[in-house]
Amino acid sequence: MNHNLLRYSLIERVMHWVAALSYGYVLLTGLAFYSPHLYWIATVLGGAPTSRFWHPWIALVFIGTLVWMLRAWMFDMRITGVDKAWGKAMRQYVENHDENLPPIDRFNLGQKYFFWAMLAAGAILLASGAVLWIPELLPWSLRVLRYAAILLHVAAALVTVGAFIIHVYMGTAVVRGGFTSIIRGEVSPEWAKTHHRLWYHRVTGK
Amino acid sequence: MSANLRVQAISGHAGPVPGAGTQRQERVAKLIDTTTCIGCKACEVACLEWNDLPFRETAFDNTYQTMPQTEWNYWNLIKFNEHTAPDGTFQWLMRKDQCMHCADPGCMAACPADNAIVQYQNGIVDFQQDYCIGCQYCVTGCPFNIPRFNPATRKMFKCTLCTDRVSQGLEPACIKACPTGCLHFGTKEDMLALAGTRAAQLRENTAHAHAGVYDPAGVGGTSVIYVLHDITNPEAYGGLPSDPRVPWSVRLWKGPLKWLGNLAMVGGLVGVTLHYLRFGPKKVEHHEP
Repeated sequence: MNHNLLRYSLIERVMHWVAALSYGYVLLTGLAFYSPHLYWIATVLGGAPTSRFWHPWIALVFIGTLVWMLRAWMFDMRITGVDKAWGKAMRQYVENHDENLPPIDRFNLGQKYFFWAMLAAGAILLASGAVLWIPELLPWSLRVLRYAAILLHVAAALVTVGAFIIHVYMGTAVVRGGFTSIIRGEVSPEWAKTHHRLWYHRVTGK
Repeated sequence: MSANLRVQAISGHAGPVPGAGTQRQERVAKLIDTTTCIGCKACEVACLEWNDLPFRETAFDNTYQTMPQTEWNYWNLIKFNEHTAPDGTFQWLMRKDQCMHCADPGCMAACPADNAIVQYQNGIVDFQQDYCIGCQYCVTGCPFNIPRFNPATRKMFKCTLCTDRVSQGLEPACIKACPTGCLHFGTKEDMLALAGTRAAQLRENTAHAHAGVYDPAGVGGTSVIYVLHDITNPEAYGGLPSDPRVPWSVRLWKGPLKWLGNLAMVGGLVGVTLHYLRFGPKKVEHHEP
């Protein structure tokens, strides 16, 4: 009998879902302000003034979880020599020829890129968002900060949207078992051997 | 919202303006002749009175100016500047500052809220507080530093050009109060003609050889125009911009960047769908018996 392996601790799962829910809220309210054609989203979420009020506060929750994740996963998310070899063969991964890929540790290079992209974009969103939160308090002489902030905020947000689409798609549709693992925390030994063989060896000692 | 005014443009609105073009209305304009303004501030008081704005604290900064800039409940402010020309001539410049009612309004370009800003066919740009979401993007869009935030109600405010009076055939309250006749109100065409005549008179009969009319083309012209003693230096009149334009970053953000973003988001969704149809899910080796 093969015992399932613990892939994500309860703390990690809570962390992930606080990030996911807060990101979902700022994404939806952000999209409402992005285009008149999506303005109805804000209506559904309790009205546009309400959405505008909560967007920055919930964004702070999201930024908080990013910092939390950085603390928790900094070690696992370092890009190593193994990742570089895996990255060169990424086409094999995209086309589902996983047997041709070098074995990897807890996270693959795609997951690591996603993590660091969200952190970098999050930092830009925080800085530009602070300006957009209270633009009227900036003196007229510093108005160039407002001009920079509107561009940086939407550009960084679009980067996160692209990364988010791929993340959700990979985690739910392509890598079956991934979604269950971030909810219940466990994966089968076969799953671990297939997708993260070095991690499997490390945690099982086999 | 004034029933007798026809809407020409709406902020953050998907689709055309309802009823656009069913009726033509003359563009109106306010003409401010800075050369005959005496800085009495009757217009400031009239604005507060007519719009029923509460009295607020003034801020003394060693000038005759009531406060440093317009506020959410103070839409009309005379800006005072003691100006020394390069030839040593001293001038005391006074300019009535308020919303310029641009033909191409930066506030409207930046506003994401459907109907929060409307532009009437007569040229008046008006904030609709019922629809305002308090995001303050209009602050970033405006090249004249005009929209102001009320933190209590989380809504934006500015001069309405007295839409309620104008729609009933009356002049704005500030115009009515002016004792020197430096404020005029009428059609844009008439006001431009009057301003042009006055500027020519100044050039020909006074020492103000550079007198001219301020109707900046960078924002498509404005429904508030000035006669200035020196049209080459509007900045001297309390920071009137010499070439106001909607910020290029607002144009980039609402134009190419938005279309690039739309393409990327739709492309991403289409891309992952096609990927799934072509390659499907990954298989785990060695299934459990």
